[in-house]
Amino acid sequence: MSKHRLERSEIQKAPTGIPGLDDITKGGLPQGRPTLVSGGPGSGKTLLGISFLVNGAQQFAEPGVLMTFEENAAELAQDVRSLGYDLDSLVAQKKLIVDYIHVDRSEIEETGEYDLEGLFVRLDHAITQIGAKRVMLDTIETLFGGLKDTGILRAELRRLFRWMRDRGITAVVTAERGEQMFTRQGLEEYITDAVISLDHRVHEQISTRRIRVVKYRGSTHGTNEYPFLIDRDGITVLPVTSLLLEHEAPNERVSTGLKSLDDMLGGKGYFRASTVLLSGTAGTGKTTLAAQFVESACARGEKCMYFLFEESPSQLIRNMRSTGIDLQKWVDKGLLRFHADRPNRHGLETHLLEMHHAVEVFDPDVVVLDPITNLMAVGTQADVRAMLTRVIDYFKTRGVTALFTSLTSSTQSLEATESMISSLMDTWILVAVAEEDRKRNRWIYVLKSRGMPHSNDVRAFHITDHGISITPLGKGSPAVKPLSAPSGPRRMPAPTARKRK
Amino acid sequence: MSDNFALRLYVAGQTPKAVRAFSNLRKICEEHLQGRYSIEVIDLIENPALGRGDQILALPTLVRRLPTPIKKIIGDLSNTERVLVGLDLRPRRPSS
Repeated sequence: MSKHRLERSEIQKAPTGIPGLDDITKGGLPQGRPTLVSGGPGSGKTLLGISFLVNGAQQFAEPGVLMTFEENAAELAQDVRSLGYDLDSLVAQKKLIVDYIHVDRSEIEETGEYDLEGLFVRLDHAITQIGAKRVMLDTIETLFGGLKDTGILRAELRRLFRWMRDRGITAVVTAERGEQMFTRQGLEEYITDAVISLDHRVHEQISTRRIRVVKYRGSTHGTNEYPFLIDRDGITVLPVTSLLLEHEAPNERVSTGLKSLDDMLGGKGYFRASTVLLSGTAGTGKTTLAAQFVESACARGEKCMYFLFEESPSQLIRNMRSTGIDLQKWVDKGLLRFHADRPNRHGLETHLLEMHHAVEVFDPDVVVLDPITNLMAVGTQADVRAMLTRVIDYFKTRGVTALFTSLTSSTQSLEATESMISSLMDTWILVAVAEEDRKRNRWIYVLKSRGMPHSNDVRAFHITDHGISITPLGKGSPAVKPLSAPSGPRRMPAPTARKRK
Repeated sequence: MSDNFALRLYVAGQTPKAVRAFSNLRKICEEHLQGRYSIEVIDLIENPALGRGDQILALPTLVRRLPTPIKKIIGDLSNTERVLVGLDLRPRRPSS
């Protein structure tokens, strides 16, 4: 009995096939009902609708009808072809019908009573011809510009939506966002089953697209705003929640590439598929530590993907060679791949997607993001955190061990800087430089490392022409945790310096 | 005004509006275009594909195929004045 009720309460869904959107709608759009998709110009609503139709035709055996009131069909096909959709071939296969209705008020004289039966007949004809299950009306509000009698228009639209519902058509109806309402003509009054809102915002000259399920009658749905991307693969929505926190946490450990650092991490190194943050001020050797890890992973035959946000690959290879690490060798063997990009070249979401692509194609065991701080300058703190959460989830699901380097400005307190991202990290290693006896010495310590006993010592850290060495501090070296000194790491008071004072 | 008027009336079945539109059209043509017009009635219920060519949305729609340019008048054609304006048989503003 109760089971029966459960089955009835969840309405049927028509999957959109848009990655992520079906997650936040818990399966797709309400089947047999119209969904309103509203957004400003260029917000991607037409593309969303077309993706819904194309995926329906290709993946779910649901032919579709695209009735457009906007552009002409040829232009439209061309526009979407750039996104990888070949409407013509779908039309040829009788999986799609594109009908174009152009209404120009200046061409039309209105006299006496009329209705929109012409639209109904054409739609009905198209639906019957290919047995369509999906319809997109893009953008039906345009009719308000073409016809003077809005009374007739409203009554007819109401009739149209009811008619589609009666026929069991799953429809996407796009609309231009209004000033006060979701749509200029208040279409949300007629379409009450589901409303999706698209938004295109520019923050510090970098644009971010967002999608939100405003309403979904008879179904639960993600209520947040989710960033989405439009690229050569169409639309991708990136919900954090789609991955939940279900990834496996392997017990396997991987060497850091340095026995001395492994020793600080319970003798075994990092956990596989964990996240590691290497932070410190400029020139402390973060990249060298990362390179050391990459070197040892490649030596084990694992694949590494190195994302560079500051240096070029050749610059990095040259610099690392001076510390005795030959990365070129692994590039040649196909075990190491670089992906260098300027952080401000695109928005966070595009970066995220590019990383997704790169990781998906190369399928690495280890990923390095160097430095993550440059990427953090691209968006607001909340955005960066959300983006990192998603990228980390993704890495973990794939079992990728991820290393992030983070540059701390010399005026900041080391531990405070990364507060926004540190909670996402399983292991956090700090490297600092202190002046002592007119010499800059490096220190290293493990601030945290989840799930393993780790050293609480501050140890000396040297970069030599044959690699890194980490040694316990001798007598006369700072015994207290030096990095929490409020004056900052540069003027970290070593006991010897204090004595001189 | 020596050209012939090729007119097309789009309807969907014998609805009261369609019937009204046709009789209004006949009357106007007889009065103003005697001997130089032809009317073709297209019932979209029988031939739904034909609605595409002339971009038919509202019904009834009267399309003036000739003389060019193509003109469209929608509604039951009950306002003769407006129909004449729409067919270019009368200037848009009476004074000009």
